[in-house]
Amino acid sequence: MGKVTGFVEYSREAPQRRPVAERVSDWFEVYQDFSEDKVRTQGARCMDCGVPFCHTGCPLNNIIPDWNDLVYRDRWRAAIRVLHATNNFPEFTGRICPAPCEAACVLGISEPPVTIKVIEKTIIEHAFSEGWIQPEPPARRTGKRVAVVGSGPAGLAAAQQLNRAGHSVTVFEKADRIGGLLRYGIPEFKMEKRVLDRRLKQMIAEGVEFRTNVHVGRTITGAALQKDFDAILLAGGAEQPRDLPVPGRELNGIHFAMEFLPQQNKVCEGDDVSGQILATGKSVVIIGGGDTGADCLGTSHRQKAASIHQFEIMPVPPNDRAPQTPWPLWPLQLRVESSHEEGGVREWSMATTSFTGDENGRVNKLHGIRVGPAPKFEPIPGTEFTLDAGLVLLAMGFTGPVQSGLIEQLGVALDARGNVATDSSYATNVPGVFAAGDLRRGQSLVVWAIAEGRRAAEGMHRHLVNRESPLAEDV
Amino acid sequence: MVGLPVAQGLYDPRNEHDACGIGFVVNIQGVQSHDIIAKGLQILINLAHRGACGCDPETGDGAGILIQIPHKFFTRECAGLGFTLPPEGEYGVGMVFLPVEPSHRLLAEGILERIAREEGLTVLGWRDTPVDVDAIGRIARASQPYIEQIFIRGASGMSQDELERRLYIVRKRAESEIAGSDLPDKSFFYIPSLSSRTIVYKGLLLAHQIAEFYTELTDPDAISALCLVHQRFSTNTFPSWQLAHPYRYLCHNGEINTIRGNINWMHAREKVLVSELFGDDLKKLSPVIAAGGSDSSSIDNAVELLTLAGRSLPHVMAMLIPEAWDADTTMRPEKKAFYEYHASLMEPWDGPAAIAFTDGRSIGATLDRNGLRPARYLVTHDGLVILGSETGVLPVKPEDVKFKGRLQPGRMLLVDTVEGRIVPDNELKQRLWSRKPYGEWLKANQITLDSLPEPPRVYESDLGNIVKRQRAFGYTDEDLRVLMLPMAEKGEEPIGSMGTDTPLACVSDKPQPLFHYFKQLFAQVTNPAIDPIREELVMSLTSYIGHERNILEETPLHCHTLKLQQPLLTNRDLEKLRRVSTGDLLANTLPMLFRVAGGEKELERALDGLCRRASLAVRSGYSLLILTDRGMDEEYAPIPSLLALSAVHHYLVREGTRTQVALIIESGEPREVMHFCLLIGYGASAVNPYLAIETLEDQAARGNLPAGMTFETALKNYKKAINKGLLKVFSKMGISTLQSYRGAQVFEAIGLSKALVDRYFTGTASRIEGVGLAVLAREAKMKHDYAAQPVSEADTELDVGGSYQYRVRGEYHLLNPGTVSKLQHAVRQESFQTFQEYSALVDSQSRELCTLRGLMQFKLGDKDQPVPIEEVEPAAEIVKRFATGAMSFGSISKEAHETLAIAMNRIGGKSNTGEGGEDEARFERDANGDWRRSAIKQVASARFGVTTNYLVNADELQIKIAQGAKPGEGGQLPGYKVDEVIARVRHSIAGVGLISPPPHHDIYSIEDLAQLIYDLKNVNPRARISVKLVAEVGVGTVAAGVAKAHADVVLISGHDGGTGASPLTSLKHAGIPWELGLAETQQVLVLNDLRSRVRVQTDGKLQTGRDVTIAALLGAEEFGFSTMPLVSMGCIMMRKCHLNTCPVGIATQDPALRAKFQGTPENVINFFFFIAEEVRQWMSKLGFRTMDEMIGRVDRIEMRHALDHWKARGLDFSSILYNPQVPRRVGRRCTMAQDHGLAEALDYKLIDHAKDALEQGAPVDFQLPIRNVHRTVGAMLSGEIARRYGSAGLPDDTIRFQFTGSAGQSFGAFLAKGVTLTLEGDANDYVGKGLSGGRLIVYPPRTSTFLPEENMLVGNVVLYGATSGEAFFNGMAGERFAVRNSGATAVVESVGDHGCEYMTKGLVVVLGRAGRNFAAGMNGGIAFVLDETGEFAGVLCNQASVDLEPVTDPADMQALENLISRHVEATASPRGKWILENWEEMLPKFVKVFPHEYKRVLGIPRYQPAKAEAAHPQPPQVVPAAASLKHQEAAHG
Repeated sequence: MGKVTGFVEYSREAPQRRPVAERVSDWFEVYQDFSEDKVRTQGARCMDCGVPFCHTGCPLNNIIPDWNDLVYRDRWRAAIRVLHATNNFPEFTGRICPAPCEAACVLGISEPPVTIKVIEKTIIEHAFSEGWIQPEPPARRTGKRVAVVGSGPAGLAAAQQLNRAGHSVTVFEKADRIGGLLRYGIPEFKMEKRVLDRRLKQMIAEGVEFRTNVHVGRTITGAALQKDFDAILLAGGAEQPRDLPVPGRELNGIHFAMEFLPQQNKVCEGDDVSGQILATGKSVVIIGGGDTGADCLGTSHRQKAASIHQFEIMPVPPNDRAPQTPWPLWPLQLRVESSHEEGGVREWSMATTSFTGDENGRVNKLHGIRVGPAPKFEPIPGTEFTLDAGLVLLAMGFTGPVQSGLIEQLGVALDARGNVATDSSYATNVPGVFAAGDLRRGQSLVVWAIAEGRRAAEGMHRHLVNRESPLAEDV
Repeated sequence: MVGLPVAQGLYDPRNEHDACGIGFVVNIQGVQSHDIIAKGLQILINLAHRGACGCDPETGDGAGILIQIPHKFFTRECAGLGFTLPPEGEYGVGMVFLPVEPSHRLLAEGILERIAREEGLTVLGWRDTPVDVDAIGRIARASQPYIEQIFIRGASGMSQDELERRLYIVRKRAESEIAGSDLPDKSFFYIPSLSSRTIVYKGLLLAHQIAEFYTELTDPDAISALCLVHQRFSTNTFPSWQLAHPYRYLCHNGEINTIRGNINWMHAREKVLVSELFGDDLKKLSPVIAAGGSDSSSIDNAVELLTLAGRSLPHVMAMLIPEAWDADTTMRPEKKAFYEYHASLMEPWDGPAAIAFTDGRSIGATLDRNGLRPARYLVTHDGLVILGSETGVLPVKPEDVKFKGRLQPGRMLLVDTVEGRIVPDNELKQRLWSRKPYGEWLKANQITLDSLPEPPRVYESDLGNIVKRQRAFGYTDEDLRVLMLPMAEKGEEPIGSMGTDTPLACVSDKPQPLFHYFKQLFAQVTNPAIDPIREELVMSLTSYIGHERNILEETPLHCHTLKLQQPLLTNRDLEKLRRVSTGDLLANTLPMLFRVAGGEKELERALDGLCRRASLAVRSGYSLLILTDRGMDEEYAPIPSLLALSAVHHYLVREGTRTQVALIIESGEPREVMHFCLLIGYGASAVNPYLAIETLEDQAARGNLPAGMTFETALKNYKKAINKGLLKVFSKMGISTLQSYRGAQVFEAIGLSKALVDRYFTGTASRIEGVGLAVLAREAKMKHDYAAQPVSEADTELDVGGSYQYRVRGEYHLLNPGTVSKLQHAVRQESFQTFQEYSALVDSQSRELCTLRGLMQFKLGDKDQPVPIEEVEPAAEIVKRFATGAMSFGSISKEAHETLAIAMNRIGGKSNTGEGGEDEARFERDANGDWRRSAIKQVASARFGVTTNYLVNADELQIKIAQGAKPGEGGQLPGYKVDEVIARVRHSIAGVGLISPPPHHDIYSIEDLAQLIYDLKNVNPRARISVKLVAEVGVGTVAAGVAKAHADVVLISGHDGGTGASPLTSLKHAGIPWELGLAETQQVLVLNDLRSRVRVQTDGKLQTGRDVTIAALLGAEEFGFSTMPLVSMGCIMMRKCHLNTCPVGIATQDPALRAKFQGTPENVINFFFFIAEEVRQWMSKLGFRTMDEMIGRVDRIEMRHALDHWKARGLDFSSILYNPQVPRRVGRRCTMAQDHGLAEALDYKLIDHAKDALEQGAPVDFQLPIRNVHRTVGAMLSGEIARRYGSAGLPDDTIRFQFTGSAGQSFGAFLAKGVTLTLEGDANDYVGKGLSGGRLIVYPPRTSTFLPEENMLVGNVVLYGATSGEAFFNGMAGERFAVRNSGATAVVESVGDHGCEYMTKGLVVVLGRAGRNFAAGMNGGIAFVLDETGEFAGVLCNQASVDLEPVTDPADMQALENLISRHVEATASPRGKWILENWEEMLPKFVKVFPHEYKRVLGIPRYQPAKAEAAHPQPPQVVPAAASLKHQEAAHG
C-alpha cells in the first residue's frame, strides 16, 4: 500500500514542460523527461483508499491504487500487467488524457492529487523499453470475422480485445493511415506518432488486419460488410463539426479545426501537403475554448502566427474548483494547457456576429460582441468589437456522427442527440452491428473511447460465442 | 421439556443460558442434622440477588437444594403410608415430576414401576410429596408438575454402588421410554433424582419459596450432613421446573461454551462404550446426554455415567474440566502426564464454571481453568465447611472461623465426610496422578510428528501451474495482497477499519467460498470472551488425534495417539501421516472431487460416495482419513472442503464411528483464519493448506516478499498468524483449547438451505433458508471455468476481489464512490433532493443485492390509508430517537468527536463518548449555547476515564459488551495516537499504547451484568442504563436476560457496523445482520413479556430513511448511526483509521491532519433531518402518524416479490417476519420503567448520615453493620458528591463510615474523593471497582483467630478500573486484582492470578504471594511485590511488557516504606509491621515491576521534548503517589 505516510511526507511533483521558446520551435512532445525515481516517490503518495475515487473517476476504471503501489515498490512488470488489464493503450491516455482520475483523487480534497497520469505513462514507457510489450496473439481462433469501422481509439481498443479473444478482426479506415483522431486530431507535440506506430506494430503482429483508404459506406457498402463479417463495430467517431452560421462564414480562411490540424499531422509524418492551411504570419482567431481550440493554438504557435486570439462563449471559469462541481466531480475551473502558456490571447464571454473579408473573398475581420452567461448568452450592448482575422479556426465541438453513408445504409437507429443508439451490450438495432466511441456517446475523451471499445468488444464477444453471462444461467 | 416454548420465528430454545449463585454447607465429620438443611436454605436466601425473576415477580428462574436421603424422616412418613423402609442405603428414593392429569400420571407411574421391576428392583411405594402451592408464583403454578416420591428397594445382597447403577438404568430407561411414548403431557415427566444417597428438591422457585413449598424441608426429622444449593438466573423467563439446579450430581454457575461439540462427541462415543460394571445394560443408557437439556444438565449426565462406571467424582471432574496444564511451567510432570493422558481420551468441557458436586458422601467444588466464576469458602472450628459464590452467605462469628479461602482456577476443594476431613487440592490431585503410571504410558504410546520417519517422497510445488489452481479455488488478488502477504510478513492477521458493506455470500453475484456463508459466534454477557494474548497460559492448540477408545476404561493404549502442537500441516508433515504405520495408526486418502459438468447431481453423488468410502475405511481399521482435493482436472472440480469434511463428520457421527478416526484436510482452498476455524470447528484434526503454502513460495519466487525474507520465514510467519488467529477466534467464544473447539460448531450459517444444513451441517443454526447444493455446484463450476481460461498477460491473473477495498469489477459496496459523494454533496448543499438521489442509490438494490433489508419491501395495503404527510410526527421529534455510535475520543479526533456531540445536542439526539472517557471541560455548555458533552457515556472493558464525575454527567450509561466490527474482542489504541490530552482523559501516560481487554473483568455472567447495571444505576440514578450487544443467533435470549438484569435499553448492533479497527477475520466473519438480531430480540422479548420494560435500539450501517423504517417495523425504538455521520463530516472511507493517517482529519490525532477536518455540526444535523424526513414519507405511505405506532409492526414488511436472483431466490424471511401471537396486554414496545431495586440500597442511609458533609463539607463519622446483601455500598453517595463537587470531591476523610460484617459485591465502587470506608470483616468481588479518589480500608475481624495474610479478605476483580484513590487490604485478594488500574494506590497482602493486568497508572504493593500472569499487558504505573521465594520473578510474573528490578532508587525505597507504614497504621497489619521491623532484610526481596513502555516514555519524552524536567528519570507521579493521594491528584492536573 504505497507508503502509509507518503502523502504527508512528499509533495506533488509532475514533469515540467520544456521552455516555451524551445518547444514552439519544434514538434516534439512538450513535456520533459521525469525520472523513474521521482515517479516512485509520487507513487508513494497514493493513500490506497478503501474507496478509491480515482478508480471510478477513470472511465476505464483503471486499478490505479494497485499500480501506484507496485511502482512505489519498483515492481514494474506487475504494474504494467494491472494497467493493461483495464487499458489497452496507457501510452495514449498517459499523454493526452485530462485525467479525471486526478480530479477524483481523495488526496485532492485537501492537497494536490497524486500524479496518476505521469505514473501511468511511466509504467508503459518502462515496459516498452524493457521489451515487455510483445504481441499476444490468441491461442486459437474462433473462426468468427469481425469488421471494425474506424481506427480511432475506440476501434483500436475493440479490435485488440476481439482479436485476443480469437476472432479475426479487420479494421477499416477511410484515411491513409491508421489511428483516427489519435493520428490526425492530436498534434504531434501532445503525442508523437511513433507512440501510435509502436502499438500498431504489436496489433499487426497479433493478427489484426488494417485496411486504410477504405471508406465504408462509400468505397464499400455496409451490406457488403454485413455479408463478409459475423459482426460489425461502428467506431467512426463524431465527425460532424458544429458550424457557426453567421454572415461571412463562407469567406475563405475560415476553417474547421479538423481541416487545419490533420494537415499539420501529415506534414509531421513527412507528407507533402499542397495548399496547407497555415497560420504562419497571420492574425489567427480560434473560436472555441476547449481542447481542440488549444490544439489549434499550439499548432498556430509552431506555425509562427502573427497573433492569436482564442474566444470562448462561456464566462471565464474560476481559478479553483467551482462550487457547483464539488469533489470528486470533474471540476469546472480555469485550465492552462501548454498551448496557453505559449502565448495568444484568451477571451471569455465572446460571441462572433459576423465575418467580413477582402475583395478576394478572404476573411480579414471578425465582428463580435460580449455576451452574458449561459444558457441565453444575452449580448451586452455597447461591447461590440472588430478584430483583424486572417485565419479563423472553428473549434466549437462536434454534433455527432456523420449520418450519410454507412449509418443510413445499415439503417442504424439514432438516439435523441443524433448518436447511434445501443443497448447495454453496445448492440444497435441492427443484428450483428455494434457501436462504440464518440459515434455512440458523442464527442468525448480518448479514455472514454478506449473504454467504449473494450465494453463493445465484450458485448460482441458474447454475441459471437452466443453465450450469456454465466451469471444469467439458470440454476 | 416443560415450559420452554417450541422453536418459533427466530427463537430457539437451544439458545437458553443460565448462570447463578451456588453454595453448599457440609459437616466434615458427616454428622447429620437438620441444621445443615436450614443453613443451606439460608445460603440460598442470601444468594437471592444472584438469581432473577421475569415478568412475574413471584416466580423465580429456579432454585433447589440437594441433601442426603433423610432416612429418619422417610421411615416415619412411609410407615404412615403403609410400607416399611429397609435400612439406610438399601433403597433408593426418586423425586419424580409427573403429569398433573391423573390418568396420564398413572400411566407414567406404571411405566416407571414396570421398568424398576424389570431391572430386578422392588417398588416399595409412592409418596405424594406435600407442597404448598400458595407459596409460589402464578407462572410457576401454571407449569407445576405433580410431584411424587418413589421408593425402590434393591435386590438382596446388592451393594449400594450396584443399587445406584440400577437406579440410574431405571431412570434412563424411563426417560427414554416416556419420551418416545405418545403419553399426553409427557413433557411433565422428569426425575430430578433417583438415588439411594441423595435427593433433590427443586423447582421454578425463589430462594425463600423452597422451604415453604416443600414443607418437609422444615421438618426437624429431615436431616443431612450436607446440603448443596443453587439459585438460577436464566436469560429467559420461560418457566421450567426441570432446568432448575441442582442436577443429580452437581450444580453449576457458568456456561459450557463447547457444549454442542461435547454433546456431539459424547454421542459419537456411545457406540464404543464398554463397561464391566454395566455389561450389556450399557445399551439401555442411550442417549447418555439427554436431549433438550441445558449445558449444566448435559455435563451432569456425563459426570453421572463416568462416575457410575467406576471413576471417582474428583477424577471425573478433573477429566472434564482440567486445569490449564499445557503451558504451566510450574506444574509437576506427573500431574501434567495425568492431564495429558486424559486429553487423549476426551476434549475438555470448556467455559466459565464454578461447579459444586457431590455423590452424597463427599462434596466438593471446582473452577474452570480461567477461574472466571467466584467461589469462596470458610471452615469453622466446629467442623463446618461453607462454600458459596459469595462470602458472608451464612453469618459465622469471627472467632469461630478457622480459615477463609477461595477456589483458584482449575483447583478443587473436596470434603470427604466418610474420611471426615477436607482433602486439599494437591493431595486430591496427587491421588489422581499417582493412580497409574500415566507418564510412562505416554512415553510408550504417544506419537509425535517428529518421531515419525521421513517420508520417501513429498508433493512438490508446481509454481508454473499455480494461477490456474488459485483461480479454481477462488483466490482473489486481495487474498494475496490484503490477507496472505501481510500475514507472511508480520506473523499476524491484518487489520481493517470501518466495518463491512459488501453483500452477504448468499446474495453475492460472485462465486463465494462456502466458508463465507458462515458467521462466527462469540461470547457475550452469559460467558466471557478470553484474552488470548495476555492470558495465553490458559490457551492451547495442542490436540491428540487418532483412534479414540472406550472412555470407561483406562489402559496404556488410550494414549496411543498422535500429539499435534498445532493444526497446520506442511506437505512433509502430511506425507509422514499418510505413510504412518506406528501401532494402529493407519491413514487412508479419499479424494474430494466431483464431476463438475454434472452440477448438483454429481456433487451429491460425490458426497454420498465419499461418506460411504469413509465409513468403509473406518470399518477396515483406518484411523486417519485424509480428505484431499489434489488431482482436479478439466473434468473434476474440488468439492468445497468444508462441505466434504462436514458431510463425512456427520455421517460418521450418525453411524457412531466418528471417534475411531481422525479427519485431516488436504486442500487448496483454506487460506485465511476463518477457513481454518471452520474446518476445525466442523471436526478436522489437522489441515494441510497446500496451495496457500505454494502461494507463499510463489510470492517469494516473484520477489513479492520484503527484501531479505525467505519463503521459509514467510511460511513460519503465516503459520504463526493463522495460529494466533485461531486462538483469537476460540477466545471470542470463551473457548481455550483447540481440542474443545474441534467439532464445537460455534457458527451460524446465513443463507444456506435447511435441507443442506440438516444433512451436512447438522445442528448449525441457519434461519433464513437459502442456497442448496445446486448453487454450491454452480459456484464451483464458475471457479473451475475461470481456471480453464488461458491466463492472459492482458488481464489480472486473479479476480480483483474487492471485498476489502472498493473495486469496480469486485464485490458491490453500499459505500461506494457514488453514495459517499452524493451524501456529502447533499449535506453540504443542504439539498434534500440530492439526499434522495443518494438514498435511491442505496435503496435500489434491484441489481446489486447486498443486505437482508434490501430484499424486503413494505406492504402498502389499502386498508391502511396513507396519511397526509402534515399529520405525521414532525422530523424534529423523530431525530430525538437518533444516536451516534460509540467512537472514542482517541480513535477519532477531538474536532470530529465534538462536532458530533454539538450536533446531537442541538437536535436532542444523543452522542456517545465511546470508551475513551471525556474531557471534563465538555461537561459545561459553551458560551454560544452549544454543548460538547456526550449524552451517552460508555462504560467499556478498559474503563478509560470512567470516574464518578464522568458517570454523573450522563443521560445514559452504556455498557459495551461487544461491538459490531469485532464482537468478542478488545481494542487497541496505539501509542502514537495517545497525546497529552487523550492521556489525561484516559488517565494514562502520553505515548503509551492502550489496550481494551476483550472481556469486562466484572462481567463473566448474566448476574455479573446485573451487578454492574446496579452499580451504575447507584452512581447515577437519573441515567438510563443501556447494554450494547451484537447480533448473533441467540442474541434475543441474551437480550431477555439483559432486560431481566434491569437494563433500560438494549442495543442490538449489526455485524456490518463498526468504525473501529478490527482484524479482518472479525470484520468480515463475526456477527450477523441486525435485521436478524433485532427481529429475534423483539420476538423473544415479546414471548417473555419483557418487551414493555426495555427500550430497543439498533445500529449497523443504517443509511437511509428506508433502513430506519424497516428497523422500526422490526421492533427498534431508537437508532444508532456511526458511519454515515462520519461520511457527512467528510469521511471518505479510507478504511485506514488504525494508521492515524486519516486525510480528512477524522480518525487521526496528528495535528497536521486534524487541521484538514472540515466537518460541521450542520452537516450532521442535515443528515439526521434528511433521514427523519424520509422516515416521515414512509410513515405517511404506510399510514402511521407516530413512530410509536410503527414499532414492531412486522406485518407491514414482506419479502420482495419476484426475486429472481440465482442465489437469493432460495431465501425465506418468514422467521424474521414472524409475529408471536400473544395477548394484547403483552406490550410490543417499551411502556414502563424498570424497577432497579435501588430502594433497598444502604446508601440512602449513608447519604442521610452524610447530609452535613454533602451540604456544608462538615466531617461526619458513623459506624454501621453490613451484610453480603448490601451491594455497591458508597456508590450513590459518591454520585451525590460528584454532582455537587465534581471530580475534586470533598477534602480527604470528610466522610468516614466504619462497617462491620461481610460486605456485598462492589463494596466502595466508584468511591469519591473525601470518603473513607473502613470494613472490619471481609468483602466480596469488585471491591473498589472504579475507585474515584476515595479510600478503602479492609481488615479481618479483630476477634478472629487466623493469620490475616493467609486468609481471603476481598474477592475477585478488586479495584478494577480504579482511576484514583487508595486502598489498604489486610489479607488476601482473589484473581484479577487491580486490573486496568489507572491511578489508584493499593496495598494488599497477597493476590491471585492476573494481578495488575493492563494497568496503566497507579501504584500497587503486594506484601506476599502474587499469582500467575501478574502484570500481563501492564504498560504504566508501578508495582512492588515482596518475592520471598523468587517464584514471582521466576515464573509467576508475565514479563512480556514489564521489567523486574530491585528496589534501589532512594525515592522508591522511601515511597514503599511510607506506604507500608500507612498500611500498618490503617489496618494494624501484623505482616506489614513485621516487614517494617525487618526492613533491611526484607527490602532486597521486593521486586519493582516496571513496564517497558512506561520506561520508554520516561526516557524519551515524546510529547514534551522542550521541558528539562521531563527527562528526569523519576516519574513525578510515582513518588508522591505513595506519599499522598492529594499529590497524585495534583499530578493529574
